[in-house]
Amino acid sequence: MHLMTAMEEGADGVFVAGCLEGDCHYQAGNLRAKKRVAYVREILDKIGVGGERVAMYNLSAGQGPRFAEIAREMTEKIRALGPSPIRIAKRKAAGRPTTEEAA
Amino acid sequence: MIIAKPKPIEEIIDLVKDLKSVLVAGCDGCVTVCEAGGMKEAQVLASALRMYFRQQGKDTKVEETSLTRQCDRPYIAQLDDKIEKYDAVVSLACGAGVQFLAERFTKKPIFPGVNTCFIGVTEEKGEWTERCQACGDCILATTGGICPIARCSKRMSNGPCGGSSSGKCEISKETACGWHLIYERLKELGQLDRFEKPNDPKNWATSRDGGPRKIIKEVSQA
Amino acid sequence: MSTNNTSKTPSKLQKIMDAGDFGVTSECGPPRGADGKIVEEKANLIGDYVDAINVTDNQTAVVRLSSLAACIRIKQMGYEPILQMVTRDRNRIGMQADILGAASFGIHNMLCLTGDHQSFGDHPNAANVFDLDSTQLIQTVKMMRDEKKLLSGFEMKVAPEMFIGCAANPFADPFEIRVSRLAKKIAAGAQFIQTQCIYNMDKFKEWMKGVVDRGLHEKAHIMAGMTPMKSLGMAKYMKNKVPGMDVPESVIERMAGVPKDKQAEEGIKMCIEQIQELKEVEGVRGFHIMAIEWEEKVPEIVKGSGLYPRPKID
Repeated sequence: MHLMTAMEEGADGVFVAGCLEGDCHYQAGNLRAKKRVAYVREILDKIGVGGERVAMYNLSAGQGPRFAEIAREMTEKIRALGPSPIRIAKRKAAGRPTTEEAA
Repeated sequence: MIIAKPKPIEEIIDLVKDLKSVLVAGCDGCVTVCEAGGMKEAQVLASALRMYFRQQGKDTKVEETSLTRQCDRPYIAQLDDKIEKYDAVVSLACGAGVQFLAERFTKKPIFPGVNTCFIGVTEEKGEWTERCQACGDCILATTGGICPIARCSKRMSNGPCGGSSSGKCEISKETACGWHLIYERLKELGQLDRFEKPNDPKNWATSRDGGPRKIIKEVSQA
Repeated sequence: MSTNNTSKTPSKLQKIMDAGDFGVTSECGPPRGADGKIVEEKANLIGDYVDAINVTDNQTAVVRLSSLAACIRIKQMGYEPILQMVTRDRNRIGMQADILGAASFGIHNMLCLTGDHQSFGDHPNAANVFDLDSTQLIQTVKMMRDEKKLLSGFEMKVAPEMFIGCAANPFADPFEIRVSRLAKKIAAGAQFIQTQCIYNMDKFKEWMKGVVDRGLHEKAHIMAGMTPMKSLGMAKYMKNKVPGMDVPESVIERMAGVPKDKQAEEGIKMCIEQIQELKEVEGVRGFHIMAIEWEEKVPEIVKGSGLYPRPKID
């Protein structure tokens, strides 16, 4: 539901960071999260928002540089996809232009 | 309990796409246990529908709720004062619940949001299997507690058939042969003599074949 | 319901096997259309080489010209039909009606089957019936014949006189109850048994031993099912894709050991050898030759096995 709410509010993308597989403190929490991310991606694809806006990455708490790398990667990916159709629709409904239109 | 499966979202969207206001009504009973139509599922569906409408440039209102059960009047009565503001309700209850809502709110379209599938049990989290066909004349005492009507693909009374192979049904390697299971169980119980005597044709009049059923318990009536 | 299995009927097949001779039957698969001539052609190919002709009933749940209609045609041609009836497609009302219909045309043999599940056929979305199973169908026919009553208790003025048969699969699981299942069908009234086609001779003999040990071979006539292999491809298909079929590696190897154009001949040879071997097995009272879409080979197999000419019954 957290993923759905974030996208519904207008987030352009969401990334879920989980521990490396096999290293979960809660044993299988990261595996369950993986399935839930996949499930939400499918729903987002079906309603036309695009499942690729939600992604899951695995890394350990000690992997600072990797975290930064993922953040950059995800940002690039979402930037390439453009604003989420939900955000565009919300702004249209409120009568405000998107940053692209303003530019 | 009753086991259901969520309908594909495309099917639900098709039902509500032209409406202005929709209520997604979950049920805290069976469909919550089999993770098809409880509050969690109602919330996810409502959110997805809101995003869909937003994308389409429509301002359709989608709200969600979950009732204790949809098969008892006092619970569905809780919707009485809210129902007017919606064009339709997508009920995630089993077929019985959907129908009960439709009977009460005759002027509102009530749509099913799940496919009601069978009476079954939880094998493990995320997996449910069929156990009972509600034939109305239970013979489990004679088959070691395993039902040939629900678990034999041909509902045989004198199984297994010649297609039983390695304990699996001829229709699929994923399906256990119900009669193989009965055989193993009767062996454990020392009741293999039950296999020798032919079982007479079943009276199907107590099942769906006899028509829609009703039960009255007089001592319970007002 | 009484347990007398010796009821006499006008069935030629029954007379032959009761007299102690080997019975020989084969089958005709009706066409997937309304052309009755195909039934005639097939019947003519095999009619003089067998005592009775089975007509399959929507075999593997694939719609074909009905068994009852084909049996009537075969009867009118002067041959003896065996009406196969599955419980998958009709309820007890429909089945009893068809039994009366068959009897009204002088059809005196019936094979009672449960039937392959409809998911195998070309109408997998159909509802199935399975009001009765094969054992209960046997009970039903027996009651109609011996007590002259329908299942409901209604007394008929003219009752069907059916020689009752059923199928047995010595190769299905669990093996331990396969003899017990046969005993149950015989207790229900089965008088002749046609087995699933045999390739695993050892397993069949093991099953026969169990059957003979219980004296079942004296209560009902066991007919060994035989299907000649047409090719290596067919052998592999039977081994891997057909439920309840047991094809040992040795059979595959034998077929693979001959060049493609000689495989059919080898298959016929193997079939004849098996029949000759089974003639010596205690309890085997006949042969049911299923040469599916290969009916023209039946005369060769019957002759090669020393089973021709067939006994003449008045």
